[in-house]
Amino acid sequence: MTDLAPPKGTGPLARREARLAWGLLLPTITAVALVVVLPLLAIFWISVKPVGLADLRAPEVVLREDLRGGPEQAGDEATIRYRLRNSSQDTVITDVSFTDVVPDGLIITELDPRCTLDGSALSCEMGDWQGGYRENLMIPVIVEQAFLDAGGRPQDSTALTQGSASSVLTDGTFTLDNFTRIFSGDEFWGVLGVTVFYTVFGTVGALLFGLFAALLLNKSFKGQGIMRGLYLFPYVSPVIAVAFAWILLFDPFSGSANALLLQMGVTQTSINFFGEKPLALIMVTLFEIWRYFPLSFLFILARMQSIDTDMFEAADMDGASPFQKFWYLSVPQLLGILSVLFLLRFIWTFNKFDDIFLLTGGNAGTRTLTVNVYEQAFAISNIGAGAAVAVVIFGCLLAFSLLFLRFISQEEGL
Amino acid sequence: MNMLRRGYITAPLLGVLWVFVIATTVAIAMSFATGSAFRPSLLGSLIWGVVIGLSCLRGAVWRPVVAGVVTVVASLIGFGPLVTGEGVSMFSALLGAVAAAGFAAYGLWLMLDEVQPGDNNRHLFEAAVIRFMTGFGYIFFTAIVIIPFYVMVLTSLKNQSELIQNPLDFSIDLSKGMELFRSYDELFTQFNFGTYLFNSFVISVLTVFITLLFAVPGAYAVARLRFRGRAAFSRSILMIYMVPMIVLALPIYIAFSMTGLRNSLGGIIMIYPVTTIPVALYMLQGYFRGLPAEIEEAGLMDGLSRLAVIWKITLPLSLPAMASVSLYVFMIAWNEFLLAFMLLDDPSKFTLTRGIASLNSSEIPRQHLMAGSVIATVPIMALFLGLERFMTKGLTAGSVKG
Repeated sequence: MTDLAPPKGTGPLARREARLAWGLLLPTITAVALVVVLPLLAIFWISVKPVGLADLRAPEVVLREDLRGGPEQAGDEATIRYRLRNSSQDTVITDVSFTDVVPDGLIITELDPRCTLDGSALSCEMGDWQGGYRENLMIPVIVEQAFLDAGGRPQDSTALTQGSASSVLTDGTFTLDNFTRIFSGDEFWGVLGVTVFYTVFGTVGALLFGLFAALLLNKSFKGQGIMRGLYLFPYVSPVIAVAFAWILLFDPFSGSANALLLQMGVTQTSINFFGEKPLALIMVTLFEIWRYFPLSFLFILARMQSIDTDMFEAADMDGASPFQKFWYLSVPQLLGILSVLFLLRFIWTFNKFDDIFLLTGGNAGTRTLTVNVYEQAFAISNIGAGAAVAVVIFGCLLAFSLLFLRFISQEEGL
Repeated sequence: MNMLRRGYITAPLLGVLWVFVIATTVAIAMSFATGSAFRPSLLGSLIWGVVIGLSCLRGAVWRPVVAGVVTVVASLIGFGPLVTGEGVSMFSALLGAVAAAGFAAYGLWLMLDEVQPGDNNRHLFEAAVIRFMTGFGYIFFTAIVIIPFYVMVLTSLKNQSELIQNPLDFSIDLSKGMELFRSYDELFTQFNFGTYLFNSFVISVLTVFITLLFAVPGAYAVARLRFRGRAAFSRSILMIYMVPMIVLALPIYIAFSMTGLRNSLGGIIMIYPVTTIPVALYMLQGYFRGLPAEIEEAGLMDGLSRLAVIWKITLPLSLPAMASVSLYVFMIAWNEFLLAFMLLDDPSKFTLTRGIASLNSSEIPRQHLMAGSVIATVPIMALFLGLERFMTKGLTAGSVKG
């Protein structure tokens, strides 16, 4: 009798299945690699480069051409003037050259030694240019009738320029200045403190509000659907719309909130909600809670509605009071979803940029790490420092994610 | 704790809290509706809370009714929980007083009707407290959700001088007719909002289609096919949608600046789907897993290829999931602000969110800003309310990015 054993290794069917799977995944992997992985690598690269916003425009040869001397009849002398310069003030352009077509009817009398003429095609080798280099290249010509008849100008044929410049982005200069710059001074620790406050309180607040709202709507009554829809409004509407509505509502001069508080006698002078040091941070945190409690609410409600009601009936029989039922039955059932939501929301709040950027622009002590990326890269025009902050964010994120993955494997399926 | 459970302590305590909540709510509502001065009074709430609370304990219904009527009278002569300032019309003062006393008495009666004046057991006490918390919760959440949207809509219908004069006055002068919608008219005629609306719509729809095109095969592979690295792949999807957009936006900005893709809608359409594919893939694979594999196997046995199985069996079965994923992706693309803000500079190519951002300047009146916000909010709200069922299901089915 021959040995009957399960087949070992991968059979042809399994291989075909795997091939199909990779085929189906390939477009996604390519797209994600291009837009997520590549930029992430780029961030690491840029963070050790001395790159400013101005360096993004590669230095180029600027050429302007015109005809000087105002020739009026055949035989007049004139000059074709090429005004040339290096658009960058500090970057060298090597092997600069340009080619141009000399219009019919202009006879070149004297050629610059760097230029050669082949028929009507003029080409000039200009050598290497230092940053800020500029030169006027004059080519004297004699005008013939054909040129005057045609009524053209030398600049009608565009000159083609060439030249290679090394970009800071791709050359071999590296620096750690970006990191020393963002870590030096108290500013970084202030930013980190703000981020931690915003993230922790934003997350916990949104969870508690969500839990409260879910408890309210965890019973069926008429209009429950409408209430549920209503409570999701802050989450589904565009952030820019609600952020501006909040700014108007809490405006120090003509905001309704201030008018209301003044009228009720809570305060004597109007409060600058988004402009004062500790208050602004509290306000953006409240905004975060307001905007994202619907998400927690939705998840918690879904979990609540899937809890077995038998348990509550049994508890009723045993005489448990409403608070006891909540504390000893509902809360343990909800702990799983609450912890997953906490981790998810924690990471996303940590990553949040738009809300604070729109509400305060990172002023008045509300600059978080993400806002700092923008601030460094665009407000101070130091792309390298911005990238360095982004690297710090990514490091934190990696730590969170490892933590998160340990939990998600326990709470599979969410 | 036992002290609290005595009816004559429970009732005044809940009474004071509830009357103050109601007085504040009515004061805010009346102020926002009429622009006149209403405010809650702490002392009034204290006194009338005790009175109404005690009157609502177990007993005849006439007692809370009388307490309510007395409170209305007290409010009108200026000693109630709700105080009116100068220049409040008689009608709105009466309306406010009746609303405050009525809601206070009715609410407390619902909460406390079963509570005994003397000792109560835990159940009765906790039920009363829970009813109080429920009432408070409804008022609180409804207020915080509605007020910003209310301010947004009504501000867009007013003009600059009205706004400065009394920031609380949101009453609308209906006799102005179409003049009310002047801001909207100006946005569409002078500020190009028609184009922005169209751009946003086209970009969002294209994003949905491209996302599905990529995510459906990917999700199917992750959910159904066995291959080495499946678990790692499904985890890395999760990881990827935790990468913050601002980190990616910086290199994308650089790359687009260098390749000249900045300032083009094509560039935006290239980027948006990639930000949504991981979410869509994650949501869809969760749904595909829940579908019975037997139907697909039957299809395979009958000679369909895998791709045909996906097309003819899996997709028709997962239409609800597709709807919710589409809705969700549409929402992300429609609301996206950061990339549009960084990558678009040319006013003829703005999306709605970018268009609104451009209205945020001191030269443009605030009602235009709010009108723009309303224009951006209404379509997504309408879509969402119409398809709310899908939305809630889809959001909870696969976890979701916020």
